[in-house]
Amino acid sequence: MRYVYLVAAFLVVLTVSLLGFRGEQFTSAPMDVFPEWAFPGMKYQPKFRPQSSSTFFADGRADRPLPANVVPASLPLRADDAMYRGKDTAGAFVTTFPAGIIIDAKLMARGQERYLIYCAPCHGSLGDGNGVVKKYGVAATSYHDDRLRQMADGQIFDTITNGSPSKLMLSYADKLEPEDRWAVVAYVRALQRSRQGTAADVTDTAVRQSLGIR
Amino acid sequence: MSKLFPKSSNRLPLQIIIFLMVFGGVATAGVTYYMTPKYTRVGYAPVQPVPFSHALHAGQLGLDCRFCHSNVEKSGHSNVPSSQTCMNCHNQVKKDSALLAPVRASAETGEAVPWVWIHATPDHVFFNHAAHVNRGVSCVECHGKINEMDVVAHAKPLSMGFCLECHRNPETRVREKGDIFNLDSQTIAEKSGVEAGLKFISDWKIKPPESCSGCHR
Ligand code: HEC
Ligand code: HEC
Ligand code: HEC
Ligand code: HEC
Ligand code: HEC
Ligand code: HEC
Repeated sequence: MRYVYLVAAFLVVLTVSLLGFRGEQFTSAPMDVFPEWAFPGMKYQPKFRPQSSSTFFADGRADRPLPANVVPASLPLRADDAMYRGKDTAGAFVTTFPAGIIIDAKLMARGQERYLIYCAPCHGSLGDGNGVVKKYGVAATSYHDDRLRQMADGQIFDTITNGSPSKLMLSYADKLEPEDRWAVVAYVRALQRSRQGTAADVTDTAVRQSLGIR
Repeated sequence: MSKLFPKSSNRLPLQIIIFLMVFGGVATAGVTYYMTPKYTRVGYAPVQPVPFSHALHAGQLGLDCRFCHSNVEKSGHSNVPSSQTCMNCHNQVKKDSALLAPVRASAETGEAVPWVWIHATPDHVFFNHAAHVNRGVSCVECHGKINEMDVVAHAKPLSMGFCLECHRNPETRVREKGDIFNLDSQTIAEKSGVEAGLKFISDWKIKPPESCSGCHR
């Protein structure tokens, strides 16, 4: 009888040494405890999930790229050039915000949030080009020079949509919806304004006094 | 006539019963330890085509998760970034690195980088990132400290029990809006007590589904 326990103990030691403990890192695909061939179920359904692979298409992707010039039927037709391309009817960049964009605190807060996620790593949270990747060699433009101060709103919008003319900065159109792009443009304008303030901008008398401005 | 069985065999039935009980106990322990997602999935860290490090990009450089996983707030699926997202920086940083060759090839040809999918629910489960991330649940609850991982490893079991554990008591796991993407942040309950968590749950009318049809649609 003792041998039976010895064998059982040996089996336990063997299993533990083969299978290890919970939480250890491994690189092979996770074990399927109830494999599909033995326990047929609904774990693997004949459907494609986003970004999954497919053997049907030559490039191996289940997500199909949009053919050229396709317009999604689910979205409104983006005919408004000022809103969606930042250009007026003559094809020049607009210098004001399109009619659909109302600049209020909500838009600015949204712009700030989006700016800090998508632009600050390179342009810096102050817009001076001192982002975290500057020291690794990304030479992002500072917003605080005359060329960018004079730049039309529509051209900043276009830079976000299509990237910079030299394509050193690429497009962010897949990450920012047109409304969000305008919010970011508004925030960039606010950053620029923040470096051009003068004493005359402070209107509150109490604040003027505390700052020592007459 | 000699005895057919020795005297000791009288104890045999009892011994067999005891052995079966011990053996059954060990086998049950083995199954619960080894055949659940806590063992089969946690720690899964496949070799990726590019040795991309979250510890460097999200931790050290401080990139927001949404810089790359840009759909996580908008859709059920949290996308793995396109190669263009990498080229934003890597057309200037380490632009000749051999490690980044697959990304450059992908950006040129439009073929996908064959990233290995790590966290995957079975097809009969409905899961939605936006529904969680916009309602106070941080990435760290389900993915662990990604911002400290050089190689992404499956940190939580993501089993049905794991989901339900939170769905039954969300008050201890929710975070304020500004803390969702900061994986080092504390939950509301850790910051100011479970009452504050309960208040958040009732203010925001958070009601995670507990019925089968909530997750198996
Ligand atoms: C990955 C780094 C990076 C990010 C992120 C980034 N930029 Fe840039 N940006 C650059 C670089 C590099 C340049 C300089 C491009 C050049 O010289 O052509 C630039 C230039 C610009 C310019 C000037 C373009 C011109 O015509 O000279 C504007 C405006 C701009 N960026 C806005 C933005 C906005 C808004 C965002 C956020 C949505 C953003 N950038 C995010 C790297 C970046
Ligand atoms: C610079 C881009 C970038 C940033 C920033 C980033 N990720 Fe990722 N993430 C990736 C890439 C590329 C992959 C796929 C390769 C891999 O798994 O390492 C990935 C994979 C993942 C996965 C595993 C996906 C799977 O296959 O199951 C998770 C989870 C994840 N990221 C979470 C996060 C979280 C949380 C953050 C914020 C702290 C974050 N990521 C920030 C690029 C990024
Ligand atoms: C915001 C800019 C930025 C983005 C976006 C970015 N990286 Fe990086 N990456 C860096 C920096 C900075 C380094 C560190 C370079 C160094 O150490 O000199 C780096 C290093 C790397 C390295 C190590 C390269 C080497 O030769 O040591 C790899 C691999 C890498 N990144 C992959 C990726 C992938 C894949 C993506 C897209 C999902 C990505 N990166 C997106 C900034 C970025
Ligand atoms: C409530 C739990 C939970 C939270 C919170 C969560 N995830 Fe996930 N994540 C999952 C599950 C479950 C999967 C597997 C989804 C599937 O099968 O499609 C997953 C998959 C992923 C993937 C792989 C692609 C995909 O969708 O399958 C990425 C990338 C990812 N998560 C990133 C993130 C990021 C970034 C955050 C935070 C902003 C986050 N997740 C928050 C549970 C979560
Ligand atoms: C850390 C807490 C937490 C975890 C873990 C978690 N959930 Fe949730 N879940 C929530 C919260 C909070 C909500 C939002 C409820 C609301 O909006 O009222 C939610 C909502 C949902 C919904 C409803 C979404 C909708 O569109 O109505 C589904 C489905 C769901 N969760 C599935 C899952 C699955 C599957 C898992 C496991 C992979 C999981 N959850 C893990 C907290 C969690
Ligand atoms: C919070 C979301 C959630 C709810 C609610 C839920 N489930 Fe699940 N269920 C899951 C997840 C996630 C899995 C996949 C677990 C895994 O892969 O380890 C699962 C797996 C299962 C499986 C295993 C299927 C298989 O092939 O292995 C069964 C059976 C099941 N659920 C039945 C139910 C029933 C019955 C209910 C109602 C009492 C229910 N579930 C409610 C999330 C949920």
